[in-house]
Amino acid sequence: MPHAVTFQKVSRHFGSVRAVDAVDLEVEAGEFFAMLGPSGSGKTTCLRLIAGFEQPTSGHIEIFGETAEGVPPYRRNVNTVFQDYALFPHLNVADNVAYGQMIRGVGKAERLRDAEAALEMVKLPGYGARKPGELSGGQRQRVALARALVNKPKVLLLDEPLGALDLKLREQMQEELKTLQKALGITFVFVTHDQGEALSMADRIAVFNHGKIMQTGTPEEIYRRPKTRFVADFVGSSNVLSPAFTRRLGGPAEWASLRPEDIRIGAEGGHEARVTGSSFLGNATRLTLDMAGEKLTVLLPAGSAVPAPGASVRFSWEPSALHLMGTET
Amino acid sequence: MRSDKQSRTPMGLKIAAGLGLAFLHLPLLLIFLYAFTTEDKSYQFPPPGLTLKWFAVTWNRPDVWEALGLSVRVASISTVVALVLGTLCAAAVSQTRFFGRETISLLVILPIALPGIITGISLRSAFNLAEIPFSFWTIVLGHATFCVVVVYNNAVARFRRVSGSLIEASMDLGADGFQTFRHVILPNIGTALLAGGMLAFALSFDEVIVTTFTAGQQATLPIWMLEELVRPRQRPVTNVVAMVVVLVTFLPILAAYYLTRDGDQISGQGK
Ligand SMILES: Nc1ncnc2c1ncn2[C@@H]1O[C@H](COP(=O)(O)OP(=O)(O)OP(=O)(O)O)[C@@H](O)[C@H]1O
Ligand SMILES: [Mg+2]
Repeated sequence: MPHAVTFQKVSRHFGSVRAVDAVDLEVEAGEFFAMLGPSGSGKTTCLRLIAGFEQPTSGHIEIFGETAEGVPPYRRNVNTVFQDYALFPHLNVADNVAYGQMIRGVGKAERLRDAEAALEMVKLPGYGARKPGELSGGQRQRVALARALVNKPKVLLLDEPLGALDLKLREQMQEELKTLQKALGITFVFVTHDQGEALSMADRIAVFNHGKIMQTGTPEEIYRRPKTRFVADFVGSSNVLSPAFTRRLGGPAEWASLRPEDIRIGAEGGHEARVTGSSFLGNATRLTLDMAGEKLTVLLPAGSAVPAPGASVRFSWEPSALHLMGTET
Repeated sequence: MRSDKQSRTPMGLKIAAGLGLAFLHLPLLLIFLYAFTTEDKSYQFPPPGLTLKWFAVTWNRPDVWEALGLSVRVASISTVVALVLGTLCAAAVSQTRFFGRETISLLVILPIALPGIITGISLRSAFNLAEIPFSFWTIVLGHATFCVVVVYNNAVARFRRVSGSLIEASMDLGADGFQTFRHVILPNIGTALLAGGMLAFALSFDEVIVTTFTAGQQATLPIWMLEELVRPRQRPVTNVVAMVVVLVTFLPILAAYYLTRDGDQISGQGK
């Protein structure tokens, strides 16, 4: 079985901007693949290269084993859920969902039946007669999803589809998207800049920065074993320790990552540091420590005693928690 | 205090508004009135008597029909030309980014800012230089210069609202360029085009200045009226024709006004 999407040294430059720079990528068929990265790191451009809205400056793209360069978007078996949903304002919800089939010449009765089935799948049965303007943000998002899924694409591209939703709705949609993807077995390529979202939903994650992929791996790998300082910092805001600092903490002279939640505060053992601040997060408290000029963040689980700012504390960690990243990065 | 002010100011405003309206519309009413006068040599006030006979006389004058026919044909064809060119210009300017886009936009709008007499003279010398004989088509060309602007202006505003992502969404769902135009762009800019087309038609229908420079022996309706006023035969006939012109140009403008207003409401809901 070929990969769903393959990038071989794909670049897309806009003048001097290297939006996507020599990216190698393999998305497996049927997986939930997340592209994670800060703003401007080239995620959307990657998605648009798959959808066919951009052509690579150099490199080679395959979709299910077929060369994609030069194939226009309307001949690719790929559908997109746009960040702003892009529902057609002049069509009602049913006609929006049926648009793809209408273009393909499916009869009216059949395509409206399929549209209703798709609306049921995204939990909006009976909404067909409404105009997009009469829906809430979350509902529009579901319509956009139904409009794409009704065409049974081989790959579904989602560009920050949950960005505009409030937290509660967002968590609910994360669940539903995940369930839907597993039930349909369609390959999802999901763009987000929210690391929590990527970690909780994806089978595999590619972390982008400056148009390059810094690391690809399962959420566990990305979180536990970041390969670079950037990944450690961006995913889970880890403490990134300089070689000198790692050395002082008793490790080798290498860059290292130490997760805030892996640090324990105690009365004895470990190293001494001063508390410089604390902020209450609800389910935890975040402490900032200062150890002779080096800063460390610690996440204390709810219910533990919180030392006051200015206090001197001792901290320690399990040896396995200190993840070494070499001397280079 | 507040209600005091509210009840006082409108009095002065009402009078000013009334005077303004009278200033704008009394001459129109006078034109209508003299279409019914029994006296056909001079406009004396009040008219000595009222009659409907000028309607019959107008009806039977072949030169009126000829001028009206020409005007309708010129206006229709100019409008069609303007619809095609104006839409294409608007599409190019609003949908794509290219070098000198703003300049192009300005250049398209410029003809309507230019005095008609400049447009007329320049077209006339251009025709002379190219040795194009004056004909129906030279009139159409002259009118198209400002009709394109009207259509363009209406379409470009609406085009901007058909966001790029709607077009991409359509392509993404399998529609090629033509299908996207037919199923997404046209429904969204349709009313704007209709409004622009109607305005263009009305503008072309009563255009005098450019026409005098680009027409040969033919007379469009406004030109015919001008000639009639200079050497009157049956003066009230001109007034009857004037009434027709007012109706023919006013109705499309009114329709265009309502169409664009509704369009705004519809697209507002789509947000
Ligand atoms: N059409 C374009 N013309 C010029 N530059 C572009 C174009 N599209 C994207 N870029 C540039 O390419 C870079 C990557 O953009 P891209 O939209 O892929 O980022 P992103 O990761 O999706 O960011 P965000 O999270 O903000 O959506 C940016 O620097 C952007 O300015
Ligand atoms: Mg983006």
